[in-house]
Amino acid sequence: MDFLIFKAPILMVQASLDGILLGILFALIAYGMALQWGVMNIINIAQGDLVILGGYIAYTMYLAGIHPAWGVIVSPIIMYFVGWALYKLVINKVVDRDLFISILATFGIAIVFQQLMNFVFGADVVVAQSEYGTTMLFDNSVTLPNSKIFAAFISVLYAIGLVIYMKRSRLGRAIRATAQNARAAKILGVDTEKVYAATFGINAALCGIAGALISITLTLHPYVGLPYTVRSFMIVIVAGLGNLPAVAISGMGLGLFEEFADYILGTEFRIGAVFMLLVFILVYRRFKLSKKREYLK
Amino acid sequence: MMKQKDLILYSGLIILGLAAPFLFSAFKVQLTYLCVLIVLAMTWNLQGGEMGYNSFGNILFYGLGMYLTASVQVGMFFPLAEWTESGGEKTFVHTTAQYFQGIGVGLLVAAIIPTIVAGAIGYAILGLRGHYFAICTLGLGIAAGEIAGGIEIIGAGQGFTTPPFPAEIVDPEARGQFFYFLSFFVLVVAFVFVKYIYGSRFRLILNAIRDNEDKAEAMGIQTMKYKIVGWMCSAFFCGLAGGIMGGLIGYIDSTDVAFDGREMGVFMVLMAILGGKGTLWGPIIGATLFHFFKEGLWTFILGWQYVALGVLIVVIVVYFPEGLMGWLREKYPDRFGETIDEKDRKAQVELK
Repeated sequence: MDFLIFKAPILMVQASLDGILLGILFALIAYGMALQWGVMNIINIAQGDLVILGGYIAYTMYLAGIHPAWGVIVSPIIMYFVGWALYKLVINKVVDRDLFISILATFGIAIVFQQLMNFVFGADVVVAQSEYGTTMLFDNSVTLPNSKIFAAFISVLYAIGLVIYMKRSRLGRAIRATAQNARAAKILGVDTEKVYAATFGINAALCGIAGALISITLTLHPYVGLPYTVRSFMIVIVAGLGNLPAVAISGMGLGLFEEFADYILGTEFRIGAVFMLLVFILVYRRFKLSKKREYLK
Repeated sequence: MMKQKDLILYSGLIILGLAAPFLFSAFKVQLTYLCVLIVLAMTWNLQGGEMGYNSFGNILFYGLGMYLTASVQVGMFFPLAEWTESGGEKTFVHTTAQYFQGIGVGLLVAAIIPTIVAGAIGYAILGLRGHYFAICTLGLGIAAGEIAGGIEIIGAGQGFTTPPFPAEIVDPEARGQFFYFLSFFVLVVAFVFVKYIYGSRFRLILNAIRDNEDKAEAMGIQTMKYKIVGWMCSAFFCGLAGGIMGGLIGYIDSTDVAFDGREMGVFMVLMAILGGKGTLWGPIIGATLFHFFKEGLWTFILGWQYVALGVLIVVIVVYFPEGLMGWLREKYPDRFGETIDEKDRKAQVELK
């Protein structure tokens, strides 16, 4: 094995730290996906594009001279309304339908978003400079951008906030009730239409936060949304709906996998590895379940 | 036996198809595209519409066929690695005989290998159902593009130039005509094949799988076997279509031409839905309409075409999921050989 990562084991520390910090970010996106999947039974292919849009909001602020970190407050607010509008325009018509219809419809939305972002922000790879500096560890052999630590910290903060909100607030309770049984919730006086709109808005807001954090830690490009969708989908099918610790752990696992795949296979196969992992996870689950004569539902 | 009306229809269409490149000489490339699109929509419909397994990943076989045809065409006569490294045609030139031999063998390989691949991965992938299958195949298609983009011997990120049409044939019309008749031939074969399937027990089994797979299994149908065969049929024609398109376009890029999930991969699903899933003529009509719409409008909305495409997807899927044939069927059920019991219909209305 003449891989660099095995020759220099310190790189493993680097990859692990990067992976875990990145994974927390993925988990935040996945949590949004789990939320709307659980409540509305919709698979949103445009999830990743919402993330990128959120990132571009922070990037626009950066261009305007405001520190992009403020994006984690501004971006979710704007994205909430984007999500809400998206729900009112399209999503409300696919809620009770076949899942394939929601996949295709959101795929269409994703294409529109990509192209509009391409028009507005151009097809260049951009990054918002946070100028947070870097932490050096282990004799300068492991570099850790402070922005990544900041991103992970903010993600955890927002995730905790959301969990408390979902547990305590009236809307949170209504959302959970609708997820359990929409019809019963409706009978008991929950305005499910409103709940759906709010859920989709919250999901978009989560994407906005993640996007703003991605704009300072990674790079933005109009066409890189789909990998984020697939990552969050993967995390959700591994972790299950509405199980936050599992979402966090599988998010970190995915982050680790990606960083190691990056070192071992090479950067050009990184996205390919993510998509192959999706296929492997699904096939693995399928064989595991088929022993019991069941299938993924 | 074929009815006389059908006979007139089919012979008319074949004559039209054969005459088309001479009648619309300027549109030969578009007509070739149309044939390929119809083949893709029709074969997608076999497992998307008839079997109920909505695949986003048939682009995998299309791209595979494209790369295979070009690789075989080059590799038969010249070292493949040097060809892609030098950017293709500059160093090596195919003679006329070499070109046609190459493309013949290439298309054969492009049809067979994707079929084998579909059979090999079918058991694993087709065990997934519904949206898991859709997402898994979406992942497969994109992964294939990303991986192909990293492989040096087929040009990696810089692309792969397919052998140019032999320069010894001076007739400027020849290239367009060759690719048109090739694709038209594949279209006719695909149509005859799909038509045959529509009249066979195989279609009923596929429909049973679509309607309720568990019950179909309980009735003693080995669903997995038929699902794999259904997918292999699609893969066969997708590979052929890809091979032809590779030759026609003349340049293969991993994510923008071959494993082009954003265009071809969506187009085939969209065309089948537009025309009506699960009908023989639906995908054909859908593909034709879509192609006319696309060619007619694309140039006017330059730059905005993907926005238009996205909006089109949303509109078709949300408001028009049954497609054109489904709509006609609702409107004129007797034309489709269906009778509706008036009493039953009224009773249903009252229940609402």
